[in-house]
Amino acid sequence: MSNGLILLTLPDLMLASLLVLALIGLGTRLGLGIGRQLIIAALRTTVQLLLVGLILESVFASSRLPLIVLIMLVMLTVAAWEILARQKRKLKGWWGFGVSAFSLFVSSFLITALALTLVIKAEPWYLPQYAIPLLGMLLGNTMNGIALGMDRLVQTAWQQRSVIEQRLMLGQRDVDAIREIARDAMRAGMIPIINAMAAAGIVSLPGMMTGQILAGSSPVEAVKYQILIMFLVTAGTGFGVISVLQLISRRMFDKRERLRLDLLLR
Amino acid sequence: MLKLEDLKIPDVEAVNLTIGPGECIGLCGDSGSGKTRLLRAIADMDEHGGQVYADEIAQSDASGHEWRRRVSLLPAESMWWFDRVGEHFHAHETQLRMLGFDEAVLDWQVGRCSSGEKQRLAVLRLLAHCPRVLLLDEPSANMDSGNAARVESLIRDYLDTHNAMAIWVSHDPTQLERVATVQYRVADGRLQVLDS
Repeated sequence: MSNGLILLTLPDLMLASLLVLALIGLGTRLGLGIGRQLIIAALRTTVQLLLVGLILESVFASSRLPLIVLIMLVMLTVAAWEILARQKRKLKGWWGFGVSAFSLFVSSFLITALALTLVIKAEPWYLPQYAIPLLGMLLGNTMNGIALGMDRLVQTAWQQRSVIEQRLMLGQRDVDAIREIARDAMRAGMIPIINAMAAAGIVSLPGMMTGQILAGSSPVEAVKYQILIMFLVTAGTGFGVISVLQLISRRMFDKRERLRLDLLLR
Repeated sequence: MLKLEDLKIPDVEAVNLTIGPGECIGLCGDSGSGKTRLLRAIADMDEHGGQVYADEIAQSDASGHEWRRRVSLLPAESMWWFDRVGEHFHAHETQLRMLGFDEAVLDWQVGRCSSGEKQRLAVLRLLAHCPRVLLLDEPSANMDSGNAARVESLIRDYLDTHNAMAIWVSHDPTQLERVATVQYRVADGRLQVLDS
């Protein structure tokens, strides 16, 4: 034990894993058929997190910028791919990937960089102990909003394509013909973070704050970081969804302001 | 004047056609022959070949929305996006009355209108921004004969007062005889003029 921190030992974790094993045993006995999935997921989380732990240990030790950037790019790529995987109507190949990656870049990378340089002011600014968890939290949260906003926009435009065409036939500009749908998609993308902010502290204790308190920070210090994160995530999600809406709704129409979902979707 | 110059859509020979001010031409043909696609090409809603002029303005020189404000298409089934009728357009009182409505209709919920009512309201919405060319795709398909006659006289009146032009698609030959000066048929991949 150092400065009051209780460190977990291997037997501690094995004790917790017994709970999962017991659940698997009971599930199998009752024929509920979740055993296989649970085993795979539990193994995945163990291996993935151990690997990340090892990688972060070495990155934190070296603090070399190229290595940090490389890790961040991997995180961005995976997040962009996850956004595409959540879409009901699939966007065309590289273009769809480009839209999600660019929107994540705007929403997470730039905001993280701003927070590191202007707010946290770590020395150097890319100090991985701050940069990587911060980026991870922003990516994880903005990814949700962006995926929801994108799905809503494309899905609604597809369902209401004859309404959009009707508005075009009456001489509306393409941006006007899609306005209500875009507004709706913006709302859909922002709901999770608005809910999170409204419920924070009452319904749920946010994960990062909980973590900091467990790690020995004073609650008030942890709360300050949590508020910072909430604001960053809100701004990031908002800019990210706006970027998606702009890029995709432009692509839905051709130069003659015709609705061309065939150019957008696979 | 509306002028179609070598207007080309798939499966139909290039179309050349001129419609003078105040004139309405009739268009018939089997389902799937290309009537609707022809109207969509004139309104520039689909990719197509050739050129269209409305009062000397070329389609390709105007932006999409400018063109469609001049050359407006009334689709066979009208679509609505707000809850209430009046949120969609500013109606002219006299036109409202000519189709048997009064101002109260603007407060109606679109969802509660019958298909015939929606179609009549769609005609009013179309005329509200004063297009030079009306492309009417079966405008009175869901109406009883009384309301169909009201729509016919409203359109006639509009064309006369504004010196506007119209292409009227219908499956009813007697209606086309009433409203159109010349009638055409799309058949065998060609636009053919019908002798009256």
